[in-house]
Amino acid sequence: MGHEETVYEALDHAHGGEGHWAFGTGFDDPLAGVDTTVPDGVDPADLGEYCLMLGDDALVLAQRLTQWITAAPELEEEVAIANVALDLLGQARLLLARAGSVGVLGRSREKATESIPDEDALAYFRDADEFRSTALVAAPNGDFAQTIVRLLVASTVRLAVFARLRESRDPVLAAIAAKGVNELTYHRDHAARWLLRLGDGTDESHRRAQAGADAIWRLLDDLFVPTDVERRLTEAGVAVDPAGTRDEVRSVLVQVLERATLRVPGWPAEAPPRGRLGQHGPELAELLGVLQGLARQHPAATW
Amino acid sequence: MTTTDVTAEGGHGAVPTGPEVPVEPKPALSRRDWPLYECFVRGKRGLNHVHVGSLHAPDDEMAVHAARDLFTRRNEGVSIWVVKAADITASSPDEKDPMFAPSGDKVYRHPTFYEIPENVPHM
Repeated sequence: MGHEETVYEALDHAHGGEGHWAFGTGFDDPLAGVDTTVPDGVDPADLGEYCLMLGDDALVLAQRLTQWITAAPELEEEVAIANVALDLLGQARLLLARAGSVGVLGRSREKATESIPDEDALAYFRDADEFRSTALVAAPNGDFAQTIVRLLVASTVRLAVFARLRESRDPVLAAIAAKGVNELTYHRDHAARWLLRLGDGTDESHRRAQAGADAIWRLLDDLFVPTDVERRLTEAGVAVDPAGTRDEVRSVLVQVLERATLRVPGWPAEAPPRGRLGQHGPELAELLGVLQGLARQHPAATW
Repeated sequence: MTTTDVTAEGGHGAVPTGPEVPVEPKPALSRRDWPLYECFVRGKRGLNHVHVGSLHAPDDEMAVHAARDLFTRRNEGVSIWVVKAADITASSPDEKDPMFAPSGDKVYRHPTFYEIPENVPHM
């Protein structure tokens, strides 16, 4: 072992020597040891559906971000984007496992073999119409500036929800949210720092950042209109009404764009939920084709 | 890289310098202009910041962010320092012998002739 390795390993093993991989290298049940009892007065089907909404947003955005791997403008930024994607993948895994734990599996179990855990069945064996993600996360990356604007918007929206969700009556959702808040705070911070530099950078970076903001802003239209599931669960003290986060999200976004010397695009008129009800553009099916292809062709594959 | 000099010796501590290595602290326009930063991380129980590697970043703040993403992904640290490589003054490999050889045979400079009391930490 070389000297450099020793020094670095000393850091890595700074508390006890056990590894600190996010989930280990195996595929254990991510909710093992957690009390998954559904709170009184809550319909498990609603709870599962809500977990799919939050989980699918994370899964789809993680997949979009992953498309930058080997293509990011800088090596350092590529690792940063991969870290964000991995954080989101971890959130998706917990949320899909929670959906599975209350029996919300859609048609995935008809296709997935028995050995495949619930969260993998939900991720790899649902078709686009069963996904509950919004158009914001499914939209193609565009250029780097547009990717950053989308990350800023998506992490701001999600952070506003997760911060409130820490008080959820479902202890599993509350725990997932508490873990996610730190991650999302960093994602938002990272995106905001980049947008300040792109917006207030060169003429070209400003032009691209503005075009990215204009393209992403219109995807805000159905983010703050609750579905019936969200309404019922909000009343039950389990979910967060997205309408209640709108003003906060708007004020954060306006603040960042103004500091980045960008023109704040007009806020789009509110539209009824689409993605949350399984209505998606063709870009989601295309994304899922890549995400799910390997698992569907080789259902028992391990690596 | 044939004309590149190296101002610090060995491993990832090497700081290449030369006309083609972007270490000038001027406003960055592209990757080529991004300054090189050296990164130091302090582990949870570690006493000192330890050099862990280098990276390019457009400015100081982004360098701290990039260091977080590159070098503390596995929970290695609780504190990060970054410094522009251009701001480091290093000893030259050419001076290695006059710099370091004279201490090689001064065994009496090691505190091996003393009993260290049990309650003295970090020795």
